[in-house]
Amino acid sequence: MLGWEYPPMITGGLGVACEAISRHLGLKGLRVVFFIPTGGHLHKKGVDVYGIDSLVLKQRGVKRIYIDSLLTPYLSEQSYREVYLKVLNINRNRDIKKLYGPQLFEEIELFTARVALLSRAFDFDIIHAHDWMTYPAGILVKKLTGKPLVVHIHATEFDRTGGHGVNPRVYEIEKQGFQTADKIIAVSNYTKSILIEKYGIDPSKIVVVHNAMEPGGKYEKKIIKPSDKIVLFVGRITLQKGPEYFIRAAKRVLEHDPNVKFVVIGTGDMEPRMIEEAARLGISKHVLFGGFMPREEVMAAYRAADLYVMPSVSEPFGLTALEAAIQGVPVIVSKQSGVSEVLNHALKVDFWDIEAMAQKILAVLNYRTLNHMLRRHGRIEAMQQTWDRQVDKIISVYREVLSKNARAA
Amino acid sequence: MREQHKPRITFYFQVHQPYRLRHYGVFEIGSHSQYFHEEKNKDIVQKVGKKCYLPTNRLMLYLLKKHPDFKISYSITGVALEQFEQYYPEVFESFKKLLRHERVEVLGETYYHSLSFLYSRKEFIEQVEMHRSIVKELFFKRPKTFRNTELIYSDELAKTVEELGFKTILAEGADHILGWRSPNYVYKARGADIKLLLKNYRLSDDIAFRFSNTNWEEYPLTAEKYAAWLNAVNGETINLFMDYETFGEHQWAETGIFRFMERLPDEVKKYGMGFATPTEISRLEAKDELSYPHYVSWADMERDLSAWLGNPLQDNAIQELYKLERYVKSLNDPEITAIWRKLQTSDHFYYMCTKWFSDGDVHKYFNPYDTPYEGFIAFMNVLNDLAILIGKKFKERIGDAADKLFQQDSRIVMTDKPSMLVSRIIK
Repeated sequence: MLGWEYPPMITGGLGVACEAISRHLGLKGLRVVFFIPTGGHLHKKGVDVYGIDSLVLKQRGVKRIYIDSLLTPYLSEQSYREVYLKVLNINRNRDIKKLYGPQLFEEIELFTARVALLSRAFDFDIIHAHDWMTYPAGILVKKLTGKPLVVHIHATEFDRTGGHGVNPRVYEIEKQGFQTADKIIAVSNYTKSILIEKYGIDPSKIVVVHNAMEPGGKYEKKIIKPSDKIVLFVGRITLQKGPEYFIRAAKRVLEHDPNVKFVVIGTGDMEPRMIEEAARLGISKHVLFGGFMPREEVMAAYRAADLYVMPSVSEPFGLTALEAAIQGVPVIVSKQSGVSEVLNHALKVDFWDIEAMAQKILAVLNYRTLNHMLRRHGRIEAMQQTWDRQVDKIISVYREVLSKNARAA
Repeated sequence: MREQHKPRITFYFQVHQPYRLRHYGVFEIGSHSQYFHEEKNKDIVQKVGKKCYLPTNRLMLYLLKKHPDFKISYSITGVALEQFEQYYPEVFESFKKLLRHERVEVLGETYYHSLSFLYSRKEFIEQVEMHRSIVKELFFKRPKTFRNTELIYSDELAKTVEELGFKTILAEGADHILGWRSPNYVYKARGADIKLLLKNYRLSDDIAFRFSNTNWEEYPLTAEKYAAWLNAVNGETINLFMDYETFGEHQWAETGIFRFMERLPDEVKKYGMGFATPTEISRLEAKDELSYPHYVSWADMERDLSAWLGNPLQDNAIQELYKLERYVKSLNDPEITAIWRKLQTSDHFYYMCTKWFSDGDVHKYFNPYDTPYEGFIAFMNVLNDLAILIGKKFKERIGDAADKLFQQDSRIVMTDKPSMLVSRIIK
């Protein structure tokens, strides 16, 4: 298994999904060796581990191999360069230039080579690679060993960029991964259709396995809160997550009901712009930016909220909507999301349709029956979306590629 | 003679089109804009008119002419007739001609295809009377047979309907009521002197639902084969009750449904079988008395009310609607009353049904909204607006400038208790 991140060091849903998939595969009796770039964390912690003699952690049938690398999720060429220069700066006494690539794509090549080298130490049957950065490693290991490759797609370059400024090299790597793979797992039909339309991939090669949650998510009594109603946004404040549509819908709602507070949890490159936008619209008093919050506090925020809105422009899945539903808060999700395929008891809206979004927000806040119904049934439905069930689907993908490989051999 | 023991075929067709609502917006509450989706309703009436009503009416008239013993019966709602007259006069005229035919029986029902019996007896009776007048006016007939919305039936309903002067009533031949008995005889209602005719759902659904299903082992269903099945039935009547839109709309012309119907009278004649109207067949002696203590309908597998009522959205919406009754009746404004009644049409509550999330797609097919939640929101937005309108009219009556109330600020009054909204306004 090849990924970019793994709890506890995570920045997004990818790491959460990778951990859950690995753990459940382990529980079902499979052995997983998970290769993860350290993302430079080792430097910060002062652990003196460099090069390919990486950190190995073992837990519940899942072996984690941390490969020294500066790769972290959601990197761009520019942001990688910044990280590289920083590390170079801090470690003047070391020969950093020998260890890391000066550019993002060179660093990926290094990571790929290190994975290929290290993989020889293990006996395995299937290569499972998560998202583009690990695809070159997956492809190389497949070439070297002849083992079948399953690529898992959690987000495409089109999702991350909203379709504007797609990096052609990233696109090329993704496409190669899809083409070389024996089977592709997409996190939603929404993502599957992007693969077909934008990458020209044969639909019969793609299996949809929706993301899931752990059952029995903690559900505490609602906390006591002020009389104002609370509408919540949780996620990175980036183009992909559609924060500006949230702010504009807020404006429209507040025109008719000033007793509503809009709370934004998360950080991202668009945060300053969003704060300005709220000020420009004259609703700063009603839009609160909570910044990054630890998981426990996010859960508490869900419970305090009257409504959760996920206005993503392009959301391959959207795990936060399931989290919110499990915490018993009504959910509005954009139609451009994978999670909208698994939640019936949620309201759905086109991300760009501010007017409809505002209307639905007002409806949920004012029609108590609607609110209760969404709460109760949304929760039940989200609880049924378990990894235990979804991982069975992944295992059948494994069976399929293995039998195909055996026949070919 | 052996032929006399053969069951007779009793056809009854339901004709209905609701006034579908617009996706009435939250921000429109208080503006009193048009509630109903004129364009969509017109489109649907014209589409179904072309595909179903006109060709099927033509076929039925032809069959009535060709076969002197061919008989059929119809129930047609007031809201359907209004829309035909308004959106497709040719269809309207065609029904007038067909339903005036002497071998066509016209049944009684609620004018608005409503669930009023469950919520207001007074309103129910008024709607039955309204329907009776329009049938009299258009078709020169006085209905003697009654069918309630969606074939919803209970012992209590039979009693009320008997008091209204009907001699016969229709119901679903539900297995759990019939037990070992057959739907193919005439029964009597428990506690009322009224005959009960039961839908033979297997043979009815063979036409209405399974006809074009290529996965069905009996596909394709020919008139010849079907006539043989009818001939094999023991009993005195085979009650084939179905939506009229079966012909050409649910089952497209390409499926051969028209040819099937055209051939059927010839094929049954070969077995010496004939047709009857509900009133005719109910002259036979009742074989037994049947009790329906609980409501039974012809919908879904459950044959109960769960397609329209039971989830919190549906219950909230319909209860609030009927709570407006006393205001509407005391206002006695014809326009308001008509709107309030159009909102009673059962389809609005059907759109809010969440059952189909787990089973079947029938609901989805008939639903103009993406989800039941949207159906609820549109309906409640309309109901809030109507409540405000009613409040204003009351204020006007007593000389208060009610508009002032709402002009002071642009805030939306929005609640899932619109009935309380009215009382707050008129206080």
